[in-house]
Amino acid sequence: MNAFVAILRRDLLLAMRRKSEMLTALFFFMIVVSLFPLGIGPETALLRRIAPGVLWVAALLAAMLSLNRLFAADHQDGTLEQMALSPTPLTLLVGGKVLAHWLTAGLPLVLLAPVLGLQFDLSSRALGILMLSLLLGTPLLSLIGAIGAALTLGVRGGGVLLSLLVLPLYIPALIFGAGAVEADMAGLGAGGHLSLLGALLALAAFFAPWAATAALRITLE
Amino acid sequence: MLQAHGLACVRGDRRLFSGVDLAVAPGQWLQVEGANGAGKTSLLRILAGLSPAAEGHIEWEGRPVAEVRDDFHARLLYLGHAPAIKDDLSALENLQTAAAVGGRPLDEATALAALRRIGLKGREDLPSRVLSQGQKRRVALARLLCGQARLWILDEPFVALDVGAVDMLCGILDEHIGRGGMLIFTSHQAVQLQGNGARLELTR
Repeated sequence: MNAFVAILRRDLLLAMRRKSEMLTALFFFMIVVSLFPLGIGPETALLRRIAPGVLWVAALLAAMLSLNRLFAADHQDGTLEQMALSPTPLTLLVGGKVLAHWLTAGLPLVLLAPVLGLQFDLSSRALGILMLSLLLGTPLLSLIGAIGAALTLGVRGGGVLLSLLVLPLYIPALIFGAGAVEADMAGLGAGGHLSLLGALLALAAFFAPWAATAALRITLE
Repeated sequence: MLQAHGLACVRGDRRLFSGVDLAVAPGQWLQVEGANGAGKTSLLRILAGLSPAAEGHIEWEGRPVAEVRDDFHARLLYLGHAPAIKDDLSALENLQTAAAVGGRPLDEATALAALRRIGLKGREDLPSRVLSQGQKRRVALARLLCGQARLWILDEPFVALDVGAVDMLCGILDEHIGRGGMLIFTSHQAVQLQGNGARLELTR
């Protein structure tokens, strides 16, 4: 458990020392989301309809921007070898890295989303559901992304391959995340969608670190 | 005690080495020698358990390593080619994180003492990116001073070190062997260590 905390602490510290990487993804999210109202024009009914989808797609892309750095630096400087040789199971350490990735790349998106949602004339209730769906969905993105990042580690052109590999896997999160907000706005209630998103998160939290670890071990050989 | 029998390593369709037997008992050192590309690093990685051997088996304290993996790794200190140093962390933070990941958290006083002894006094809090190659090596080597690992596997530990640091490292290695530790290392330099040692030449 000590090692888990140490990895988490180290990755957060590194993110704080290299703020630019974190801020790039955040600004990307802000700009992509803001382009839509500018491009489509002030038609509030239409904006309200596309808002959940736009915010979710932008969040997917922003979360993916930082993925190829998840293991690459550790692989290059030998830290990954040391992690593999730790008496603490590598799966737990990978879990620590994924948690750190979510705290630095996912959580800021959740906090920023309601502000950006205002541009789309969303009601405060819809903004709340949007935040909730992102809160359940962004850790899922980090977890699935970790598998992709581990699989493409050390592969030439890994960045593009990573998006091709991971984006299709993000589709369920997108459908249920954006669907939750749409369902609520249609008066159907978001409960079902959010429950499914939560179930996906529980499933991924259990299996993803394990799968990522298996991929990392193959790369280390 | 670490023993290996009939180890072989295959890279692609090339056989790097085969039939390698070795044994290292407490208080012994083993220097692995061979030309560039003979498979020294591959052998050390196989012994550390980072990659599987194509043939042969490895025993730790008389039992197959696969069975006692956690216990083995708790007593192993492996330093590879890459020093595992983060440029954005200070020497102190690097050392403390590495120790915690290795399962032995360090308090600040012990870590500082180790860094001073390895010759980094006054540079403990500088970000590692401003350190020279040799100083980064020293940060990595400081881990030798603050663990209780019984078996050290060091890949080219003398690289990038100045003459004084080479002597100091020899002293640290001698001390480890004197305490009943085990050491396996590679080096292109002719290093004279005390105690009971052997050399292993890797040939095709």
